[in-house]
Amino acid sequence: MNPTTESELAEVIASTKSPLRIIGGDTRRIGHPVDGAPLHTSGLSGITLYEPGALTLVAKAGTPLAEIETALASENQRLPFEPSDMRGLYGATGQSTIGGVVATNASGPRRIQAGACRDSVIGVRFVDGQGQILKNGGRVMKNVTGYDLVKLMTGSFGTLGVLSEISFKVLPAPEASATVMIEGQSSAEAIASMSVALGSPFDVNGAAHVVGKTVIRVEGLEGSVKYRAAELVKKLGGSVVDFDWVTVRDLTDFANRAGDIWRFSVKPSDGPKLGAALCKTGALDVQFDWGGGLVWALAPEGSNLRTVLGDIGGNATLVRASEASANLSVFHPEPKAIEFLNAGLRAKFDPRNILNTGRMG
Amino acid sequence: MDLPKPNSAIIARKSQIVARLQAVLPDAAVIYDAHEVKAYECDGLSAYRCPPMIVVLPASTEEVAAVLKICHAEGVPVVPRGSGTSLAGGALPTSDSVVLGASKLSKVLETNYADRYIRVQSGRTNLSVTGAVEANDFFYAPDPSSQLACAIAGNIAMNSGGAHCLKYGVTTNNLLGVKMVTMEGEVLDIGGAHLDAAGYDLLGLICGSEGQLGVVTEATLRILHKPEGARPVLIGFNSNEVAGACVSDIIKAGVLPVAIEFMDRPVIRAAEKFVNAGYPDVEALLIVEVEGSETEIAEQLALITDIAKRHNPVELRESQSAEESATIWKGRKAAFGAMGQISDYMCLDGTIPVSQLPFVLGRITELSEEYGLAVGNVFHAGDGNMHPLILYDANKEGDLETCEKMGAEILKLCVEVGGCLTGEHGVGIEKRDLMTTQYTDADIEIQLCVKDVFDPKWLLNPAKVFPLSATDTRRAP
Repeated sequence: MNPTTESELAEVIASTKSPLRIIGGDTRRIGHPVDGAPLHTSGLSGITLYEPGALTLVAKAGTPLAEIETALASENQRLPFEPSDMRGLYGATGQSTIGGVVATNASGPRRIQAGACRDSVIGVRFVDGQGQILKNGGRVMKNVTGYDLVKLMTGSFGTLGVLSEISFKVLPAPEASATVMIEGQSSAEAIASMSVALGSPFDVNGAAHVVGKTVIRVEGLEGSVKYRAAELVKKLGGSVVDFDWVTVRDLTDFANRAGDIWRFSVKPSDGPKLGAALCKTGALDVQFDWGGGLVWALAPEGSNLRTVLGDIGGNATLVRASEASANLSVFHPEPKAIEFLNAGLRAKFDPRNILNTGRMG
Repeated sequence: MDLPKPNSAIIARKSQIVARLQAVLPDAAVIYDAHEVKAYECDGLSAYRCPPMIVVLPASTEEVAAVLKICHAEGVPVVPRGSGTSLAGGALPTSDSVVLGASKLSKVLETNYADRYIRVQSGRTNLSVTGAVEANDFFYAPDPSSQLACAIAGNIAMNSGGAHCLKYGVTTNNLLGVKMVTMEGEVLDIGGAHLDAAGYDLLGLICGSEGQLGVVTEATLRILHKPEGARPVLIGFNSNEVAGACVSDIIKAGVLPVAIEFMDRPVIRAAEKFVNAGYPDVEALLIVEVEGSETEIAEQLALITDIAKRHNPVELRESQSAEESATIWKGRKAAFGAMGQISDYMCLDGTIPVSQLPFVLGRITELSEEYGLAVGNVFHAGDGNMHPLILYDANKEGDLETCEKMGAEILKLCVEVGGCLTGEHGVGIEKRDLMTTQYTDADIEIQLCVKDVFDPKWLLNPAKVFPLSATDTRRAP
């Protein structure tokens, strides 16, 4: 099934008798596959409105991410949250769609300063599990009219509705960008450095520790970037280098290596402790983004790294799973009371339980 | 403004309910004397008043949970209240309700500079959050005009914004976690010091839900290091349209100021008279603020003044000192108060696409003539969040009603041009009945379903946000 209009999408969902597996570009294959008849969104494609002067872009859910990035680049603008390209990680060859980006709340290194995908999405149109066309939010960046279902839909992995159209707040692309690199730091030293950088007035919008290197990014007007990078070097040492942040964003170092991939979100100062515990428990490699608060771990297939989190607050997601880890839940188990609310919401949005059934519990 | 008919059976049980509440709270924290509860009869939208049955002022999450358990068992509606500064009637009570005030929940629980967050009780005022961290050169970014008085609880309920959200975002973008008590009295921890939720973004759903899904008692907030410096520039124009075009050009040019504020002549004059902000007497005034080190400020301001000059401003003035900057902002932040000195007013809060600014300002002028009520405009131009102030005379028969009608016309206009009813104040009771202009019945129904999940008995702030006709069958009789 590949509807080309929102009303066709609504008809498909209203008339289906069996569960549906929602597919954008099939490039973000988180966790284990779900069952269901494939419902493609690639037919719902195209930018419907772009107002550079209002920093607003609206696109249908199946629009390729690349098409949106090209349109924005032509006006010197960009998506604030630096969405990743997960094709390398999953060995996928399709075209990432904007709907998939939003459904998975895909947010890259700039999340620490510019916010997650959920912070840039300002409006959604979607079809719920009964085939109703619904909307929430709009195309203006300040909107508190009614409940914020935009946030709820973002990152709900297609389990509450199928997105048909999404509005974004976009940002000017910077004139310049610079990366300060410090080599030879332990993860504890790296996270201490990143904490200093992120607690400085220098508006750092990338802070990662990968492959033994600590990288810290500033962006903006030419003179300002030069100044801030120099100030950071004064504070932390290291030097200003050319660095491709795609390696951090897309986890390229893990891409061609076998194993499960786990993603932990913790408070940054817990990063070193978690990283050490992960390695002790058999993780093959760890990387840190978001100033140490986002910990990626490559692990032998089937190992349950979630238990390592223990009483460190935060959550663990099994991002790339193997058959050996089929018995491990992909998303972090929630306390009972919260799971009760989640189940209640699912029952309202998708009472027949047909949308990506089982994807999120 | 209609409020649901009070439930006389609840009011008849008042003394019994008071006794149960007194059993779980200190005596002074349960207010039920008819004269004393009058202090809670309205919020910042003072045109509407209704004293509640009882007011409680709990000082801990446990006390809040105990209160809610009792109210749940008794079937009593609960109206949560931060500092009572809502401009939308978000904290307006009904006569059969218990107002749950957050004023005693004011402690700082934890500050963590390495991880850049602060955890506070929700009744703490917005400005005193920054106050708790500014000795270390940190601040909490969202800055509503009422920040001296307004509570974080209310900021979360309404997803409040402020003048600087063009760069720093609104409350929801700066909120990391909450401790929330459900109407049943269950305590939930949602989010925390880490980023992003494990499952559904319930934190994002709760923020802006106007106290209808739960009572937030603690909040974990993102704090940031202060910029090295900040400087506003005043740009005056002889036409609203040109000022609007200048805003759009600044944004397109790739420099993102932290704030772009807009005031029109009536507001400029009132603010000037009120606080001597040194504003020029022009048709439209922009305050554009940039941040950074001295060289960074110079770099950004050069770009901005270049753009401004292309629009032939009649005034272009950079602040020369920290005092002058403070005075410039003082005028803007006092604008509502200054207008209040002149007249009663109703403050609207619709947001529009920035490109529609000139058209909407023109239409507001026409409506002002049509209805015979003067309007002042002061708003966050960078994000299209308008604040038309409609002036009326509360002592003149029918004036409030005319004002309400005109306000509704303006808000419908905001929706028609692609915007929304409210950008940062919330729906409350004020815009409740206009929800159908922005949303279809189905769009509203799915929101009601969300409340069904969190508050199946519809006891939390039940008469707000949605048209009463849409919630009739759900609200307790």
